[in-house]
Amino acid sequence: MEYLQEEQVESAANRILCCECGVVIAPNPANMCVACLRTVVDISEGIPKQGTLHFCRGCERYLQPPTEWIHCPLESRELLSLCLRKLKGLNRVKLIDAGFVWTEPHSKRIKVKLTVHGEVMGGTVLQQVFIVEFVVAHQMCDECHRKEAQDFWHALVQVRQKAENKKTFHYLEQLILKHKAHENTLGIKPNGEGLDFFYHTEAHARKMVDFLGTVLPIKYQHSKKLISHDIHSNNYNYKFSFSVEIVPLSKDSLICLPKSVTQQNGGINPLVLVHRVTSTLHFIDPATAQLAEMNANAYWRNPFSTICDPKQLSEYIVMEMEVIMEKDRKTFPGQGTISNKHVLADVWLVKASELGINEDTIHTRTHLGHLIKPGDSVMAYCLADSNANDENFDKLKQEKIPDLIIVKKHYPDRSSKRRRWKLQHLAAEGELFEKNRDYHEFLDDLEEDPLLRQNVNIYKDPKNINMPVDADDADDPDAPGITLDEMLDDLQIEDDPMDEGEGSEDMS
Amino acid sequence: MAVRVQFENNNEVGVFSKLTNTYCLVAIGGSENFYSVFEAELAETIPVIHASLAGCRIIGRMCVGNKNGLLVPSTTTDDELQHLRNSLPDKVKVQRVEERLSALGNVIACNDYVALVHPDLDKETEEILSDVLEVEVFRQTVAANTLVGSYCSLSNRGGLVHPRTSIQDQDELSSLLQVPLVAGTVNRGSEVIGGGMVVNDWSAFCGLDTTSTEISVIESVFKLNEGTPATITTEMRSSLIESMS
Repeated sequence: MEYLQEEQVESAANRILCCECGVVIAPNPANMCVACLRTVVDISEGIPKQGTLHFCRGCERYLQPPTEWIHCPLESRELLSLCLRKLKGLNRVKLIDAGFVWTEPHSKRIKVKLTVHGEVMGGTVLQQVFIVEFVVAHQMCDECHRKEAQDFWHALVQVRQKAENKKTFHYLEQLILKHKAHENTLGIKPNGEGLDFFYHTEAHARKMVDFLGTVLPIKYQHSKKLISHDIHSNNYNYKFSFSVEIVPLSKDSLICLPKSVTQQNGGINPLVLVHRVTSTLHFIDPATAQLAEMNANAYWRNPFSTICDPKQLSEYIVMEMEVIMEKDRKTFPGQGTISNKHVLADVWLVKASELGINEDTIHTRTHLGHLIKPGDSVMAYCLADSNANDENFDKLKQEKIPDLIIVKKHYPDRSSKRRRWKLQHLAAEGELFEKNRDYHEFLDDLEEDPLLRQNVNIYKDPKNINMPVDADDADDPDAPGITLDEMLDDLQIEDDPMDEGEGSEDMS
Repeated sequence: MAVRVQFENNNEVGVFSKLTNTYCLVAIGGSENFYSVFEAELAETIPVIHASLAGCRIIGRMCVGNKNGLLVPSTTTDDELQHLRNSLPDKVKVQRVEERLSALGNVIACNDYVALVHPDLDKETEEILSDVLEVEVFRQTVAANTLVGSYCSLSNRGGLVHPRTSIQDQDELSSLLQVPLVAGTVNRGSEVIGGGMVVNDWSAFCGLDTTSTEISVIESVFKLNEGTPATITTEMRSSLIESMS
């Protein structure tokens, strides 16, 4: 006797009776016909047949729990995924198909037809089609709620600088972009001589103030205004304001330091140029190349204003120059740091507009001996012609005041040159500041000062980056420029770094 | 007549009872309900005996028997064996077998003439089987299952086999057994026929879950309804008249 191997072919004709209704069927694990199986088990059991979708009427978005609000049109893929995410228990069955059943758009009902496969009674796979109905309930999203409540911001940072030009703000804009300090702002609005930053919470505003304190010399005042309060729950609703004032000095301003300050800084000459502005002020004495530094606190203790601003610069031509050697310099004990990056020189200048008319040269001393040579054109303040109203300046002896103070080398025709780089800006529409002369001067400063560039993200300008540089075009080989290495590739997505920009118009 | 019955909330009545044409073994349960159902149906014709084997109640799976004899596993105690010998009719031989596959009810399915056995059963057991039960032994499988006792239920008039048994296999088994076979289920779709029901030539007991469709399949294949007067008048009439005339 031999027994059959297991791989005997199962005859297709093998039929049994369904154990419930007696219909002839092929044997299956439940030994029931599909109709009976369906009456016995419901694989959609445990999947809710109704649900609620939250919809914000203001912005026409649906709530995706827990907190996200998304746009999805009716019968869209996004809406379907949102509906399916609402259904618990779908993981126990295999979802085969899902689609919408048409409903009247105003009925506030969304019907989703699902086809699922489920395993029942030891291996029988059953397919079931059922409809889940979602009710669209209204719920106002946070943003619309805030808009409705006329209550956009709780904290405000007002940044002001009482200065002639807006270069500091252009710089600040770049700093904010580089450090992404605008992330929590609800809006940024130019306001008179400064900027207003709006925040939802006081902490965000305070963070901004702290950020400003680390990059610029500032002082600030904190104030709050009671909007409403609830005596029962002891809740107070305030609006907080931080009034931030930036030191009203910018790079290349001429200053006459008070006597006490000169004494504290190693007997520096009172007449100094602002060399650099970071969280501290950096001064340089053009006559001796002596450096001084001052923090915001010290400035605000006894503030002083500028004598000359970069607006008053005029162009001069170097006729003659004589470098002053180290040994020829006059030093005294207790003198502060002297810059070794700068070279002192005696120069004789003629005003560019009077070149060839006036043969009388004007003598002055400069710290820019390393940059200039005879024939160069420089920008300088003419103190002899200027009318300064400054009490410290008035105290100076007339013979100690030079006629001219050279501030920087001038590269003619540069403004016409097209730059191969560009900067990003906050707010797409309605720029914070118009691109005026201040802005171009700020760009010139960036090209001239690598230290300033360090804090700024510079991007390649795709329009100009491939501009051929002809030998004829190279008007001044010495002219400072920004190397390609320093430039970043700008992301070419039409997206703005400040996308809440449009929200700033309706700030109250 | 097929009767629905439950053993302590369990529908697998074939596990707790053994029914042949000359005796019926019933497990000792917590209540007498199970026993009473069998007794009410069978007491007039055959003895219904309380039994246990090796201290277990799953007697239907442990032993195999027909009208001629009863084989019990080697684990059966002497007391139990004595009790069986005392209670069973004298014609029924009781024999212990030393078999590795000790759940004899699972590995052997038999009626009074033929036995289907597990392909790996001992040669000796096979011999004892044919001697004691006076059956012809075939090593077979039912729907590729070697536990032939679990997956089919046989009487001298018919047999019910595993629902997945192919037509070809059914024909083959049917020709060996010389009775008609049907593939079917008990206990609302259960494939374990031997565990779910017991049957002899005139009665059957199945689990309480068994549906009417299954009952009707069981009754038709085991020809349980033919003892009624109506069938006697229709089927036996001609022969009776012939013999009387």
